Amino acid sequence: MTVALSTLPGEAAPVAERPVLEVEELVVEYASRSRTTRAVDGVSLAIAPGEIVGLAGESGCGKSTLGNAIMQVLRPPARIASGRVLFHGEDLVRLSGEQLRRHRWRNVSMVFQSAMNALNPVLRVSDQFVDMMRSHERVSKRDAVGRAGELLELVGIDRRRLRAYPHELSGGMRQRVIIAMALALEPELVIMDEPTTALDVVVQREILQQVRELQRARGFAVLFVTHDLSLLLELAHRVAIMYAGEIVEVAPAAALRDDARHPYTAGLLSSFPPLTGPVERLSGIPGSPPDLAAPPSGCRFHPRCPHCVPGDTALHRRQVAERPVLREVAPGHLVACHLVEEGL
Amino acid sequence: MRFFARRLAFYAFAVWVALTLNFLLPRLMPGSPIGGVLQRLSPSQIQANPGIIKTYQALLGGGSGSIWHDYVVYLHRLAHLDFGVSTSNYPSHVSAVIGRVLPYSIFLVGVAFILSFVLGTAIGMVAAWRRGGGFDSVIVPVFMALSAFPAFFTGLVAVYVLGLKLHWFPIQHAYDSGLVPGFNWAFLTSALRHSELPILVIVAAYAGGWVLNMRTVMINTVGEDYVAMAHAKGLRDRRVMTRYAARNAILPPLNGFAAQFAGAVGGLVFIEYVFSYPGAGLTLQQAALGNDYPLTQALLLVFALCVIAANFVMDLLNVLLDPRVRTG
Repeated sequence: MTVALSTLPGEAAPVAERPVLEVEELVVEYASRSRTTRAVDGVSLAIAPGEIVGLAGESGCGKSTLGNAIMQVLRPPARIASGRVLFHGEDLVRLSGEQLRRHRWRNVSMVFQSAMNALNPVLRVSDQFVDMMRSHERVSKRDAVGRAGELLELVGIDRRRLRAYPHELSGGMRQRVIIAMALALEPELVIMDEPTTALDVVVQREILQQVRELQRARGFAVLFVTHDLSLLLELAHRVAIMYAGEIVEVAPAAALRDDARHPYTAGLLSSFPPLTGPVERLSGIPGSPPDLAAPPSGCRFHPRCPHCVPGDTALHRRQVAERPVLREVAPGHLVACHLVEEGL
Repeated sequence: MRFFARRLAFYAFAVWVALTLNFLLPRLMPGSPIGGVLQRLSPSQIQANPGIIKTYQALLGGGSGSIWHDYVVYLHRLAHLDFGVSTSNYPSHVSAVIGRVLPYSIFLVGVAFILSFVLGTAIGMVAAWRRGGGFDSVIVPVFMALSAFPAFFTGLVAVYVLGLKLHWFPIQHAYDSGLVPGFNWAFLTSALRHSELPILVIVAAYAGGWVLNMRTVMINTVGEDYVAMAHAKGLRDRRVMTRYAARNAILPPLNGFAAQFAGAVGGLVFIEYVFSYPGAGLTLQQAALGNDYPLTQALLLVFALCVIAANFVMDLLNVLLDPRVRTG
């Protein structure tokens, strides 16, 4: 756990160590009577100790489902159809109920999407800390409350707020409380699912700053799920881009920013303005994400891809018929695109 | 504390409205209140009760001519629990009659309705937690079927099958004849034994509603983020169910429970009638049939006050269980 401490975002990812978490060919399906939707379709991803991995994509691309699958909190009708989620080599999909319960939060914790609803409205903040600590270790209520107070101070909240109910805290404070909870058992991986989406920009900045500082000081790994790619380029070591249930590009943050290979990534990058430099017209991506119950044939991005030109060419035939696979184009930079395969 | 003061003021107001309506309603009838009452009696009834006109006058506050004076007298007598004389139990005082029958009803309604609420919500909770499971698809329909019949019908069937045919339960009265009501073992066990079948019938008739109510709310609550987070925190399943899901899901049914108390009075009349149970419901029915206006009026007032009291208790419970109400 020595590698990541001094790493700054945008610099190279921590030296490859045995990953904390490996997702292998994961398929998550939402089954209803009439049809089955694959929200995550054959995703593989590894997270090294102390690494911040960003996961970006449009709404409905399956990124939150992937986070929930790693945490094993999928709700029916969602279920893992195939694939493995390995934590230090142990397959979480196969854990028994009690093993899974002990694993959760202790090894992998999660900061939920909506700060407004993730805390139980009828329990005091302290009770929600104590509940969690006492589910994992033998600790007196007094000691647990003491530790909860320290954790609150760690995220910049007065420990007297332990006595508050969630509705008495602001949105930013609630999200900080959840972050403090997520760090309570010193897990090796924290999944953050759109942790700042519901907050205003100033609070969002403060919280991200705090997450970065805490991560540097404590060295836990982060899977940061968001639709905001610009935020990830600042925060993450490595960024994975998801489209229609698949990862289409993975690269170190700097490489992704400067040398995005997948047309979808390029589209995302051109959807927000650069902070410096001349004013450019934002292009965005035409069309909308596909229906995952009936995804497009071949490359799932082809109906929206500016490089998919209808015509009787070999490239177009591949684009509409063949699913591209992830290929390494530079060290640590993988892309799933026929253009790249064809060397274009 | 300010919250409690406000609630208390509200309930004091509600009590005052109930008392005042009870005073005003007979006077809003056309003609003189006493005349209106006496018109419904046959001349022989009036002759048989020489004190009846005085009784009604006493009940209605003397009829001094000034409604304000009458109102003050009425309130003064209420404060001394003086409701006049019951004509159908002549010469018993109304307050004595109510004092005798009300405890049975409070016991019966209290136990039966609380039991049906607790049982119903517990079943609804588990059914929603294991939605579509064996428990959900067997127990829930049974309770729904039971609650589809009116309480008095279920009561008649229960009296016939469980009482008359199988002899499992005594079928009428609140205790064995020959016993004298009092705090002794023989009376209390007999009273308990006699309450079993009516309680069973009320629970069978009313629990189904709570099963359905709780199950619906709980299914929504199970989808909340704080329940997912509780799972993610590695809490034991049972703890997530009770302390996170059910603890929140119980709030709407609890408010419905207070509202249902008013309707319970109507059901009580039928149940007590079916079981010849000498409570306030049966007494109300007899008083109404017997034109015992003082007793009827006093009983209706008591029921109104009971409903207000039940609402007050539920309100306090709600405050205790939902911190968000306290600041509101």
